[in-house]
Amino acid sequence: MSTLEAMKDTPSKLQEEAKKIQLSGSQAVLEALLAEGVDTIFGYPGGAIMPIYDALYDYNDRLKHILVRHEQGGIHAAQGYARTSGRTGVVFATSGPGATNLVTGLADATIDSNPLVCITGQVFAHLLGTDAFQETDVINITAPVTKWNYQVTDACEIPMALAKAFHVARTGRPGPVLIDITKNAQLQLFEYEGYKPCNHIRSYRPKPIVRKEYIEQAAALINEAKQPFVIFGQGIILGKAESDLKAFIEKAGIPAASTVMGLSALETDHPLHMGMLGMHGNYAPNVLTNSCDVLIAIGMRFDDRVTGRLDKYAKQAKVIHLDIDPAEIDKNVKTTVPVWGDCKDTLPILTELVERKEHTTWLAQFRELEQAEIKEVINEELNPSTDVMTMGEVINILNELTHGDAVIVTDVGQHQMVTCRYAKFNQSKSNVTSGGLGTMGFGLPAAIGAWYGAPERTVVAIIGDGGIQMTIQELGTIMQFGAKVKILILNNEFLGMVRQWQQLFHDKRYSFVNITSPDYVTVAKGYRIPGRSVCERKDLKQALTEMITHDGAYLLEVMVGKENNVFPMVPQGSSVSEIRLK
Amino acid sequence: MEKQEYTITLYTENTIGMIGRISIIFSRRKINIESLNTSPSEVEGIHRFTLVIHETEEVVRKLCRQIEKLVEVLKAYYNTNDEIIWQEQALYKVPTEVVTEKAPVERLLRQYGASAVVIRNDYTVFETAGHSEEIDALTAALAEYSLIEFVRSARIAIIKDSEGFHKKLKEFEEAEPIAEVVENRYLGKQDKIFTM
Repeated sequence: MSTLEAMKDTPSKLQEEAKKIQLSGSQAVLEALLAEGVDTIFGYPGGAIMPIYDALYDYNDRLKHILVRHEQGGIHAAQGYARTSGRTGVVFATSGPGATNLVTGLADATIDSNPLVCITGQVFAHLLGTDAFQETDVINITAPVTKWNYQVTDACEIPMALAKAFHVARTGRPGPVLIDITKNAQLQLFEYEGYKPCNHIRSYRPKPIVRKEYIEQAAALINEAKQPFVIFGQGIILGKAESDLKAFIEKAGIPAASTVMGLSALETDHPLHMGMLGMHGNYAPNVLTNSCDVLIAIGMRFDDRVTGRLDKYAKQAKVIHLDIDPAEIDKNVKTTVPVWGDCKDTLPILTELVERKEHTTWLAQFRELEQAEIKEVINEELNPSTDVMTMGEVINILNELTHGDAVIVTDVGQHQMVTCRYAKFNQSKSNVTSGGLGTMGFGLPAAIGAWYGAPERTVVAIIGDGGIQMTIQELGTIMQFGAKVKILILNNEFLGMVRQWQQLFHDKRYSFVNITSPDYVTVAKGYRIPGRSVCERKDLKQALTEMITHDGAYLLEVMVGKENNVFPMVPQGSSVSEIRLK
Repeated sequence: MEKQEYTITLYTENTIGMIGRISIIFSRRKINIESLNTSPSEVEGIHRFTLVIHETEEVVRKLCRQIEKLVEVLKAYYNTNDEIIWQEQALYKVPTEVVTEKAPVERLLRQYGASAVVIRNDYTVFETAGHSEEIDALTAALAEYSLIEFVRSARIAIIKDSEGFHKKLKEFEEAEPIAEVVENRYLGKQDKIFTM
């Protein structure tokens, strides 16, 4: 009997077998997400991604999809999710405007190292390059703002492309990956051979080889140091090395300060935590950066907002730089001993090699300068002598109410710096902010994602009156899906940070920094979110308590001083030790 | 630090869009790529880029690190001119009557080792290879003799000290990197220390 005759005899069986392994490209996308352990997607549908959304209809019980109000909101939400959960955020968007709306979030996620996988629909492959409806060259547009991107035009490539995407996004220095899938590939049926996770790409080496001789050199420098100083960044959180950092500084008795992105990696009240670095950071760590003899930078990248004027930055010190990204070593600050590697691997070896020490007189220098900052800045900020409310006192009461256990999400501007300065953090992954890109409008959507990443925690989004109006549409997402986000608007009726600069450096020529606000409580009410506005100190604590204890989303607007400035400040072009207290 | 000519050699996967990904790393810093050549390499399936830029060593090193961050790039090397053997090729179209009637032209072509590729009644095409200075000198000289058309290729270069990419690729193809990999030519030199 020929094969053909055999097939005639059992057509149904053969067809059934064939069906078992036939999947559409869209189904393969969702199978890949399930295989990677994805549970939440932030997205917005549209023409070119409709086959994936059609398939999602059948996966609704296994994959939670949050319909955002704008793709930028979607990607910021995925960033917030990635930050609080430590997992990879997933975004769906359609072609053309859907994809271009992701660009700001991609740039933000790249510079702040957030692991994301963004899936965008694309026009049919035969229409590529023809200026088709909603066609944009998203691969080339996003190349500079993604860790990797790839266009799929054949469904057979989908499992491999997504496996590679998740591998690239979360390994090494994490970052966003964009996979652009043409509509024909989404629709195409192909023989599905299962999902194989990717753990090696020959041209991509995320995990550097740890070179022990450098760690030995570093330990020798640290053991000889009289005034060693640790500065750490988000690399600690990304490397899950919080306890390793603590063990290291405690054994070596070294004072440590955080970058904006590193906040919450070490609890705020730790006796060796000397505060925040940078333009609006604390006085002591900035000043003493230029006094230490060995500067140990861990998982941070010497951003210009941290270093101030580079040619006057820690010139007296020997610099040890621990980072996973080789491109960061010697990029801004010349290193004496580079320790390239995952700090989860390198820190324990270093801790092993350093001598147990206490640098009492050195620590006293920090405490002394801290007293100066308390006297000149902090006292008045936290306990103002006038009736005008300050941002700092709001954060201070918030600390009391949350005991430092909340996830604090900030937008960008004065409120961000004040919050980073005064918020207390007891546990890691609690500080969600746009550090590198400084994206106004980040706060509200990021807070939504942050809540989905850690729904058991209190999530407070602290946002200025400028930033909230950039992505206020995401109140709709909260309304529809019930994220229990506490929205705290610190309203100073100005684009405060720009105004501060105009005051200090542009002769108080206030050029377009006067911004009016809608009645936020009414707007929130329109979205069925309860809210309240407070303009007097006597109501503040009670209002904050109401916001925190309310079971669900809540919007609280606090009217704060219009022309308050954030101090201390390292003026642009100045050295960190020239930080101004007023 | 002095700016000088650097030749950058990249080993990459042969995927669509690599030129764009690489070029934006230069254009982002407003650096002009003087010459760019892509070709297969000594290893099958691995592509080789040769770029020439005029920059300081510090900038070139940072650029190479950032290029190596691209997922599809296996390795980036940079070299000064004394560390490489390099060539460029040029084609010249000259009126045939000029070549036959003007003695200096013939001398010039001999002097620069140019050879005829095509000879027609109306014009002759010569080919020569060498360093860009030599090619530029011949071009300038021929310009005085009704040079009709001129084109010079991108630089191609071989690194004097390189052992080729076969061994390195084997290391890269292993799932776990092996500990002995030493790619750091500054190893032990404190002033120029970095790890790779």
